Amino acid sequence: MPQMTIDTANHIAGYAAKAARVKVVAAYPITPQTTVVEKIADFVESGEMNAEYIRVESEHSAMAACMSAAATGVRTFTATSSHGLALMHEALHWASGSRLPIVMAVVNRAMGAPWSIWPDFSDSLSQRDTGWIQFYCADNQEVFDTIIQAYKLCENERVFLPAMVCLEGFILSHTYAPVNLPDQDKVDQFLPDYKCGWTLDINRPYSHGNLVSPEWYMEFRYMIQEAMENAKQLIPQIDKEYGKHFGREAGGLVEKYKCEDADLIMLTMGTMASDAKIAVDKLRKEGQKVGMGRVRVYRPYPTEEIVKLAQSVQMVSTIDRHISFGMEGFLASETKAALFNQKDRPLVAGFIAGLGGRDVTAETIEKMAQKSLKSMRAGKVEKETEWVDLRE
Amino acid sequence: MSEAKKSRKEWPLTPLSTPTVGSMGKTGSWRTFRPEINYGKCTRCTLCWIYCPDAAITREDDDSVKIDYDYCKGCGICANECPTKAISMKREEE
Repeated sequence: MPQMTIDTANHIAGYAAKAARVKVVAAYPITPQTTVVEKIADFVESGEMNAEYIRVESEHSAMAACMSAAATGVRTFTATSSHGLALMHEALHWASGSRLPIVMAVVNRAMGAPWSIWPDFSDSLSQRDTGWIQFYCADNQEVFDTIIQAYKLCENERVFLPAMVCLEGFILSHTYAPVNLPDQDKVDQFLPDYKCGWTLDINRPYSHGNLVSPEWYMEFRYMIQEAMENAKQLIPQIDKEYGKHFGREAGGLVEKYKCEDADLIMLTMGTMASDAKIAVDKLRKEGQKVGMGRVRVYRPYPTEEIVKLAQSVQMVSTIDRHISFGMEGFLASETKAALFNQKDRPLVAGFIAGLGGRDVTAETIEKMAQKSLKSMRAGKVEKETEWVDLRE
Repeated sequence: MSEAKKSRKEWPLTPLSTPTVGSMGKTGSWRTFRPEINYGKCTRCTLCWIYCPDAAITREDDDSVKIDYDYCKGCGICANECPTKAISMKREEE
């Protein structure tokens, strides 16, 4: 019987690593991630999980250990946050370039300075171009489901790339919510034994990641791009297959809420989507045709889905829990980029909200939607980027 | 990556190198200083063979050592380690 439990998203991430039969976990503690690897340490210590738990001296070493283990042919897992992820940056490129299907939970936390332990996406979005697939979760159940799906995806021979499963610190990481934990044999049926594109073999020695001259380098980059495109095709398929197997889907590439006849779509990521749904419901009651889109997969960016979603709307407003200093939120930039070559493209306005853990409530989102509706009716965006609830 | 005609589809996912002699070419050309062994002083202790970071010193059955100048980069570690000062470093052009 599948088990219903009430637990934090961090503990649920630990349960998912156990259910995926991860064989090596290398991790370094950092708030708000720590309880992920604490939970796993408990599982390993009690014998519930048959894995090697490597305590390392830094996040850079954690990724190096995961890479080495993955290259020997075992499933690996790690988790980090914020500055820990930043310290890992160099190794992230090595992991994707080496095409190792590592799955990592990133418990989103704002970057310092000033020091913050509260959530925003500036940590994981700063790693946008490292060649890692990036999922963003909206609730505790999705954290479990996405980690299982991520292994299935990353170990697909058309992909062989690592993935981050991102969840916002505290809003999800330390918040108890009901989660359905499927039976182990059901997970085993869905997730076959670990597969890697290449493995180290003592009988056939070789080294990897060696110097490649200019006449060969570009093709290896192109192959990563191809793998990302393949991932974009596979993610909705895997989600559907997961749904058939376990009775629930996680949202594919973009979760859509009341978008069919919408004039305005509020496009966001992570937990803000839940509050956005409440705002949409309220506005719908008032007769406003507003819908919500949640970008669940940020890399590969679901360009085609965004184009489809925006086809018949007059305006898309993005809500970024992140700022690319000197420009705007990534979601705003990339939505505009996705729509630019469309004939009747909608207006796009960008909102910056919730940095450093500031609460983004349904009321906050309703306010953004009201402003957007005004711009939509005027047929003009007055402010490309607006910071929400900014103190004067 | 020597088989240039191979289609990209047949490439490995990431460059994998099997051990070969001098896959980067003859790195001995990088050398500025050349180690020279004075076999009269050599006691066949094989320390130079142990310390050579490039495996450019070979050890014969009788424990005598030989420097492979095709791959010796002239780092001088062997000369530094030699307990009888049997290895001297000489500028290449001399």
